[in-house]
Amino acid sequence: MSLFEIAIILLSIFMIASAIISIWFKDLLASVIALAVMSLLLSLYFYILHAPDVAIAEAGVGACLTTAILIITIKSTKRMEED
Amino acid sequence: MNGDEEKMTVIVQTIAALLFPITLIFSFYVIMHGHLTPGGGFQGGAIGASAIVLLIVAYGVRNIEKRMKEENLSIFESLGGLIFVVVSIFGIFLATAFLANFLVGKAIFGQIPAWGEAPLNSGGVLPILNIAVGMKVIGGLSAVVMLLALITKEGER
Repeated sequence: MSLFEIAIILLSIFMIASAIISIWFKDLLASVIALAVMSLLLSLYFYILHAPDVAIAEAGVGACLTTAILIITIKSTKRMEED
Repeated sequence: MNGDEEKMTVIVQTIAALLFPITLIFSFYVIMHGHLTPGGGFQGGAIGASAIVLLIVAYGVRNIEKRMKEENLSIFESLGGLIFVVVSIFGIFLATAFLANFLVGKAIFGQIPAWGEAPLNSGGVLPILNIAVGMKVIGGLSAVVMLLALITKEGER
């Protein structure tokens, strides 16, 4: 196994874990942060796959702008999810 | 309500004020080197819009909206689209077709080298189009987030 395959497998495991965590949490702010971590790992994945253009766009839009929009929405609604 | 209640803590405000110029300069770098390195108008514009959104989240939308009106952001966005279309139409009259590169080979704009690394002024009309796209993306994304924050504040009054 080369270093490339090890990095891809590790990144996939971490991305799936953070996506499951973001659904699992009842605290919506922590869930949004987990979603931002998944987006950041996805931009690292794009960089490893030799697409730095898409990596910059993903890091700018996915990790920063959608996080800010969701945080603004959470600040004007309730923070904890009800059962 | 006044603007002091919607500010975040002092730590967040200080870090946002430190990171804002660095992020904006990196955005201008990505836009200006769009024809040489990875990135371009959209990527640099998204980074610049995230700098403005960082200020909105840290300082509250009412304090930002006193300095930076939403109408001015919309005018900025429309100016970017207008520059793109006008530069593209100049290609019809000064060269062959729509979006033709009529500036390359001139005195200031330099010549495209046959191989190897190109200097910064080798793109002709491409940096102007990248700047126009960057203006449009910065204005559009910032105006969207600012309007969302303003509308969600409307219900509390």
